[in-house]
Amino acid sequence: MSSNQQRELKCHIGIGDTVTGEALVADDNFSARYDLDRIKGIFSRPQHALAGKSYVDKILVLNTAKGGVASAWMLYEMKSRGLAPKAILFNAANTILAQGAALADMAMVDRFADGDVTQLIKTGEMVTVNPSEGLVIVSQSS
Amino acid sequence: MRLSPEEQAMHRGEMGKARQWAIEHQLQVGRMFDAEDLVPVSQVHMMADPESVGGAGVEFVEEFAELPETERRVAVPMITDPRGVDLTYYDPLGQTEDMANLERRFIAACQKLGIIMTDTCINYQTIMPPLLGDHVAYGDTGVVIYSNSVCGARSNFEGGPSALAAGLTGRTPRYGLHLDKHRRATRRYVVRQQPKDLMDWGVLGAVIGRKAGSYWEVPVVEGIERPPTSDEIKHMGAAMASYGSTPLFHIAGITPECQQLSDVDGQKLAAEEITPDDIAGLRQSFGAKGEKVDVVVFAAPQLSIVEMQMVADLCRGRKLHAETDFLVCTAPTVYQDAKRMGFNQAIENFGGKVLQGTCFYQQYAREIGEANGWTRLLSNSAKIVNILGGYGYQPALATMEDCIASAEAGKVV
Repeated sequence: MSSNQQRELKCHIGIGDTVTGEALVADDNFSARYDLDRIKGIFSRPQHALAGKSYVDKILVLNTAKGGVASAWMLYEMKSRGLAPKAILFNAANTILAQGAALADMAMVDRFADGDVTQLIKTGEMVTVNPSEGLVIVSQSS
Repeated sequence: MRLSPEEQAMHRGEMGKARQWAIEHQLQVGRMFDAEDLVPVSQVHMMADPESVGGAGVEFVEEFAELPETERRVAVPMITDPRGVDLTYYDPLGQTEDMANLERRFIAACQKLGIIMTDTCINYQTIMPPLLGDHVAYGDTGVVIYSNSVCGARSNFEGGPSALAAGLTGRTPRYGLHLDKHRRATRRYVVRQQPKDLMDWGVLGAVIGRKAGSYWEVPVVEGIERPPTSDEIKHMGAAMASYGSTPLFHIAGITPECQQLSDVDGQKLAAEEITPDDIAGLRQSFGAKGEKVDVVVFAAPQLSIVEMQMVADLCRGRKLHAETDFLVCTAPTVYQDAKRMGFNQAIENFGGKVLQGTCFYQQYAREIGEANGWTRLLSNSAKIVNILGGYGYQPALATMEDCIASAEAGKVV
């Protein structure tokens, strides 16, 4: 693949505005309450595949969302302090985190046509997420 | 999504900024879950403890509270889940003035919106249970699963922001559990061993939740020989929702949408047995016989007046161990009744404390655990022992009787 080659991934229509950023990918799940140190902006649960990594301004790519009703408020708080991911891509989002993304005005999409999104995108690739079209464009990092 | 003329007016901002935000929020969520329109709701219940809302969330609601009365009042009766701070008892728990002030600000803002501060996760036992077929917008997974399963009402898990939006518009996007197709059984379980006490019902719910394991799975349960009490099925549902993100289950011959298996298409599914090993395996992960107990907690869900009497009766004539703490969480309305009946006094004579309008895991559990040196926590709630592992506790599970005997002994009996 040449460095300027782009890949288009179709997904379900999602939430938020179009954003571009660097992907941070893991075959793991996401709980705003239990996986993150929201003050430092890093994954903090030791067992998480991204433990110790910063999620700030990243396009997070993960399997699914976990956690109870409380996490709906948390993305908004994270964004208000400027310590939030730009977007979250899931194989399957849950209703609570989708509601949280809508409050936070954070881009979120799920249900990819070509299969497991954690295999379709690699950490470090540049990704543009267009939730209203249900489209993700991936280009290799420079 | 199709919008009525009134909904279009809200979207254009003709009914104020708050309702405009609310309906835009609902359109975004509705599109993601393929809702075709909005459905009117009769009631809203919001989960919004200050630990999860945070400073930014409180400011967000405070902005709406400044709007003119006609623009800020919620459109349907709207009630609240437990608070994070019992404002009559927080310093002794190690909660700070900052936590209490955030709570005070949030309560003031909610009241300006016309929200009724019921501060309870057992509204179906204390406030106004919904009816069969009633569309509602409820927060708190335990409230939703009880209302869907036991009352036959229709609600998704509505996080705080979505509940607020539903209160402001009087509607919610019609997806998920509002639709017949998502209420049919997808998993079929057979129970051979009858649950005996509240803890057993919670453990059964936990095992089924762990097996089903998704928001979009609907378990139907066969083999339950008698209708459980409201408290028993409350523990079953709360645990199922906690372990499985499950918002609805049916019990054949007992819950209202499933008089027989075929009512929910359950006869087409292969049956899976809940074995004694399944039950023992779950209990084993929360066993700690002989270990020192730091704190015994009755909460998650808050206790009904009947549970308050059970705890009080077991406390009489005994004394709490000097190195163990003992907390009971209940709804503000139940607190007053329990006070009148002398139940609170019995618990306090034992050495325990009854908190009103809070639920332990939603009241800065990590911070109060650190402030009090609590690690080993004992409860009869299968839900709370699941949650608190993520907050630095070593939770253990026992029956109500054994919890109180352990509180007296200072170690797990």
